[in-house]
Amino acid sequence: MNAYLKRLIWPLAVLVTLIVVNIAQTGFDFIVPSVHDGRLGGAFVNILRNSVPLLLIALGMTLVIATKGIDLSVGAVYAIGAAIACQWIIDRDQSAFGTILTAVILALLVAAVIGAWNGAMVAYFGVQPIVATLILMIAGRGIAQLITGGQIPSVSDSTPFVELGRGAIATIPVPIVIGVLVFAVLALLTRTTALGMLLEAVGGNPAASRLAGIRSKGITILAYLVCGFCAGLAGLIGAANLGSADANNGGLWIELDAILAVVIGGTALIGGRFFLLGTVIGVAIIETLNVTIINVGLSSQWQFTAKAIVVFVVAVLQSPEFRAWLLKPFRRPDGGEPAPEPADDKEALAK
Amino acid sequence: MSDAPIVQMTGITKDFTGVRALDGVDFTLRRGEIHAVMGENGAGKSTLIKVLTGVHDPDAGRILLDGEPVRFHSPGQAQAGGISTVYQEVNLTDNLSVAENLLAGREPRLGPFINFRAMRRKAKALLDEIGIDLNVAAPLSSYSIAMQQLVAIARAIDIDAKVLILDEPTSSLDRDEVAVLMRVMRSLAERGTAMVFISHFLDQVYEICDRMTVLRNGTLIGEWAVSELPESELIGHMLGREVQTLGALEHRAARHRPDDDVLVSARGLGRKGSVSPFDLDIRPGEVVGLAGLLGSGRTETARLIAGADRADSGALEFRGERLRGHNPRTASARGIGFCPENRKTEGLVGDLTVAENMILAMQAARGWARTVPPARRDALVAEFIEKLDIRPADPDLPVKNLSGGNQQKVLLARWMLIEPRLLILDEPTRGIDVGAKADIQRLVNELSEDGMAVLFISAELEEVTRLSDRIAVLRDRELIDILHQESDMTTDRIVETIVEKGGDK
Repeated sequence: MNAYLKRLIWPLAVLVTLIVVNIAQTGFDFIVPSVHDGRLGGAFVNILRNSVPLLLIALGMTLVIATKGIDLSVGAVYAIGAAIACQWIIDRDQSAFGTILTAVILALLVAAVIGAWNGAMVAYFGVQPIVATLILMIAGRGIAQLITGGQIPSVSDSTPFVELGRGAIATIPVPIVIGVLVFAVLALLTRTTALGMLLEAVGGNPAASRLAGIRSKGITILAYLVCGFCAGLAGLIGAANLGSADANNGGLWIELDAILAVVIGGTALIGGRFFLLGTVIGVAIIETLNVTIINVGLSSQWQFTAKAIVVFVVAVLQSPEFRAWLLKPFRRPDGGEPAPEPADDKEALAK
Repeated sequence: MSDAPIVQMTGITKDFTGVRALDGVDFTLRRGEIHAVMGENGAGKSTLIKVLTGVHDPDAGRILLDGEPVRFHSPGQAQAGGISTVYQEVNLTDNLSVAENLLAGREPRLGPFINFRAMRRKAKALLDEIGIDLNVAAPLSSYSIAMQQLVAIARAIDIDAKVLILDEPTSSLDRDEVAVLMRVMRSLAERGTAMVFISHFLDQVYEICDRMTVLRNGTLIGEWAVSELPESELIGHMLGREVQTLGALEHRAARHRPDDDVLVSARGLGRKGSVSPFDLDIRPGEVVGLAGLLGSGRTETARLIAGADRADSGALEFRGERLRGHNPRTASARGIGFCPENRKTEGLVGDLTVAENMILAMQAARGWARTVPPARRDALVAEFIEKLDIRPADPDLPVKNLSGGNQQKVLLARWMLIEPRLLILDEPTRGIDVGAKADIQRLVNELSEDGMAVLFISAELEEVTRLSDRIAVLRDRELIDILHQESDMTTDRIVETIVEKGGDK
């Protein structure tokens, strides 16, 4: 567990810094939640609420990256999930609970199947993950357009479907509840069963895993399936929040933010060890950053540049070489500061 | 050989997060000498070399190069200072040509372009100088690991090294190639190059080296001229205990009567381009050795039986049942464990911990949903760490931080955990120290006495003859004979078989 905490300390420090900056600018209202109309509100709660779609996708992406893979199609799957649900609902009785349930299940099922398809391409046909998922990244939005017939289907504001994005359970916004649930389920699934270890083995050394008798194909497909499912769920929450499904722009570029969040969270793109909690922190950093830019009075044009700077800082802080270099002037002449560990990830990369 | 030291390291100390890898070690290297650094795995040999080559910064101590104090912070700096290293694993780019690899970074130019013709000529001359003949325009990957190793050495020599460090350069070379390497080393020594030679092959050390420095547990034991230190004393210094000599494991075929029923039976099993069809039976409680030169098909034979490669002819029976769709997973389910030759790339998952690597096969067999209960897992891991004397005895350490011998033991433990019926060991003792080697040999002996069948591969014929009940001899990817008489269990007999049967064709 200690190694995990060590891994998380730098992203956590960046997140805390961002929050402190916001509090300094806008006062404690930033972090303290308030209650409006029987649901929690306030700046930070809103950040969390809005970050849920990205969080879900980034969690799925973490598992895929652990297998040495990557899933570029999540943005498209987001759009497909949203399109299926909205299109199904506007064609039927919008207030009927059965309609909503069917729409949700259908959307999630299709998303999971797409994920499994990606996984099968990678595991059985040996297609490189970036290529296999690139196909659906491009084609997926086309499929979403076919589903919506090129329109943007808008559901009525009275349908229970929108509660997925706007509602609250015991004052807690529904998206946050879903996000926490999915995180808890994935964390339990990977860490109380052997799934996490087997994922890390498959990603860390595929050849050795095969010889150890691991069903690596099944494990790989499962990771992509979960990732697809999460992307579909993210699409549902996004669509419920907006009340519509935009095949072209829904979840646009979200795959890149998700990959970024995973990396900020300490999971290496070369596969192997993964950190779900790190990914959560990574998502929180990205979303808090967007608000921080406004709060410190920068114009929104700064968004991308500021994001780049923060990512740079996190990446550099995570490098043991950089920390050793930074601490050098403070080092006692005869080796007071221990040198970087012998076999750090950087070294593994270099090999 | 002059007595002026070219490298003088004094009081070198290096800690790795609480573990002291080197404790005040001195090391002196003189011009034109070949100096062996000896010690068990984990004794600090590699760390000492890495401090010298700038991979690690020492926590204390001084390094003098040519009398000048130096401290290298990267291998590049060390190389610029005249210290070149050739590692056990070839550090070249195998999709580039031999010539490109030899001269990478120092290509002959023609204006802004590379003069490929001059480059090939220069590369050819370089290789001629050390007496090997390769097509320098061919990609490096088209040559054997051994040849690649020689190319790496040629490259290191050309960088005009004052000091050349050879870290286990011979572990994948066959006899002739070792002879070539030694000839090259001698001629370099005559030119005044100082060499550090690290090898687990004691006969090579005695043949080529002038002096040796012995380390144990990170401390310096002493420095001797090779002629002053007989082999038995050297082993005593390295192990630091009354050596249970390897010879004490006397040959066991006589006192050991394998059961008559057959566990695994291969009939006409083969794979095109890898090994010709062969017949082989393995019985419970029997150790079958596979002997042959490098590239004779030893590994390929083992991989077919292990299910690691698919056979394209013949049949494999396990306890009388014909196996179909034989693969590592079904093999593991039947109790066939396979420790592959290359433990880093095919055996262990470096990022995972010792405990996780040990449990991997057992967990894989159970599937991801049925976790090995943590208490049982911890008990098993602790048991095998103790049984196999794995050091450091920390189950939560990433396995990549362990030394070669201990990594090999982790891999063995992985399969012993599932109590296999057949254990296939491909070069389990390669590149590991004498102590771990003896441990593994003893283990093979014990396991087979408990009724486990073992298929044992080693490049060291002596080891094969000592352990095996029967020896399958291979040559040119063909199983040419199975020796089973007790009187046949000698190195000479194997060599004779290889030579004789080869002559038939």
